[in-house]
Amino acid sequence: MAKVLMKGNEAIAEAAIRAGCTNYFAYPITPQSEVAEYLAKRLPEVDGVFLQGESEVAVGYMIFGAAGAGERVMTTSSSPGVSLMSEALSYIAAAQCPAVFVNIVRGGPGLGGILPSQGDYFQATKGGGHGDYHLLVLAPDGVQEAVEMTMQAFTLAEKYRNPVMILGDGMIGQMMEPVEFRDDLKSEPSNKDDWATNGMSTRGSKKRNLVKSLFLDPAELNNNNLVLKAKYDQMKREEVQFEIYNDDTDYQVLITSYGTMSRVCRTAIDMLKDEGIDVAMFRPKTLFPFPEKAVYDAAVKESCKSVISIEMSMGQMVEDVERCVKGQRPVEFYGECGGEIPSPEKIIEIVKGLI
Amino acid sequence: MGKTFSKPKALSDNHTHYCPGCTHGIVHRLVAEAIDELGVQDRTVGIAPVGCAVMAYNYFDCDFQEAAHGRAPAMATGIKRVRPDLIVFTYQGDGDLASIGMGEIMHAANRGEKFTVIFINNAIYGMTGGQMAPTTMPNQRATTAPMGRDTAQTGMPLRMSNILSQLVTPAYVTRQAVLKPQQVNKAKKAIKKAFEYQVEGRCFSFVEVISTCPTNWGMTPLEALKWAEDELLPYYELGDYKTPED
Repeated sequence: MAKVLMKGNEAIAEAAIRAGCTNYFAYPITPQSEVAEYLAKRLPEVDGVFLQGESEVAVGYMIFGAAGAGERVMTTSSSPGVSLMSEALSYIAAAQCPAVFVNIVRGGPGLGGILPSQGDYFQATKGGGHGDYHLLVLAPDGVQEAVEMTMQAFTLAEKYRNPVMILGDGMIGQMMEPVEFRDDLKSEPSNKDDWATNGMSTRGSKKRNLVKSLFLDPAELNNNNLVLKAKYDQMKREEVQFEIYNDDTDYQVLITSYGTMSRVCRTAIDMLKDEGIDVAMFRPKTLFPFPEKAVYDAAVKESCKSVISIEMSMGQMVEDVERCVKGQRPVEFYGECGGEIPSPEKIIEIVKGLI
Repeated sequence: MGKTFSKPKALSDNHTHYCPGCTHGIVHRLVAEAIDELGVQDRTVGIAPVGCAVMAYNYFDCDFQEAAHGRAPAMATGIKRVRPDLIVFTYQGDGDLASIGMGEIMHAANRGEKFTVIFINNAIYGMTGGQMAPTTMPNQRATTAPMGRDTAQTGMPLRMSNILSQLVTPAYVTRQAVLKPQQVNKAKKAIKKAFEYQVEGRCFSFVEVISTCPTNWGMTPLEALKWAEDELLPYYELGDYKTPED
């Protein structure tokens, strides 16, 4: 199929439809409102459901309800809105329902700004809502990958009966790039008859289904948490995705970076190469599960003297990098998070300081 | 002689955890009877609230989801929008619906969502142990209003049926009670009508039911029935507040 030039937000919207998701609930927030605007027009064309909810709080539960009833469903938002949805995310994870949440991250905390940021890494990977749960978090580095990950997200959400988050940023949402929609990434919806509240007559059963997260009995609650833990462990075994750039060299420095920031790091690495300096980049595509062993292996390569995490944050993913490198190499950090993206020149200056 | 009276099919065999004299049991039964009589048990999804009815799903025999505090109307919206063929109802108390869930109920009603809300108003928080609700009467004592509700500080009790009936969007909004057999019969008709409007795909339907909480009111069941009659009904007047024909 030919490539088309699309804005990231609109490409994500179209990708959801191509993935077989025709149910969308959302609340407007910059810099992702184009997703809702696109789907408000597009979903009626495919007999889909579009609803602008009264708040992100309510939207979280519209998603929960629709997912509990067994239908593919998605919402998109940006940082402050995702904070409001975090209550529902905890419930959805606890009740084991599949759903896709897209966070086109903007600068924070508070109202912050409307420019790109990676300040929601902790929120996405470590919780956000209450209790012991995780989202499966995918971090695209551009519009094409955002499309592919959005389509994969529905498959993964159903495989694990767990919410999946696409962690983008304002740059990915707003920029235009050529994209190709790959039909092979569309999966058939899973059979949900053994748990979804899709109506007893729908599934031809006399047994009713419950979607719930209250377990007053300590043993039952512990058991539910063990069930969730087993799923997260399975994700760690089966879903880790990453890329290492320029690793077939004797690199002295390993940059760790993801999303939009990794695009700039890639340019800086190419420019350094022209100067005869080899630097590699480790880019997690899944932030949870984090590529724990792979980042360790890349860091402890003989030639590698130090690791630096470069982020559009004040230092979030770096904590996972430090955890995984286990003190075998010094782990440094550089970040900016006002909405300006560090330039290749700035990264080159920082990296040279490590050599 | 054949069987002349039995438990509705839409109720389960479980014993409830409700206190003696609580009217939840009556309302559960009325909802189950309506579901039976309309023959929709196998395509009904209930939404349990946070509050005393959080485990309502243990007493109904149909699909059920459990919402967070106040969010049942948003959850019902999600289900009903993606599966309009299902019959969806929420069952919410006054803390859940009129306090933390005010935004969700107002907007669901205003959108004209085609589901049914059963709203239990007993003028107090039950499950958490007798705290003040938005529906608590002036001077009524609660654990968080130990000297009685001071309306100068907390405003007057919210009359949800009156408020919702002001919305321009067509709806069925009614306030009923279950303090006397005659009221129970009327409430039964209202609840069935609320489900009928949904089955017909006509409108949002809302049934407020004035109920009792002997435990947290510190009364016997009989005293509670009398107190509700004397103190709640003059302020919470019974009757239809809005019909889709209006």
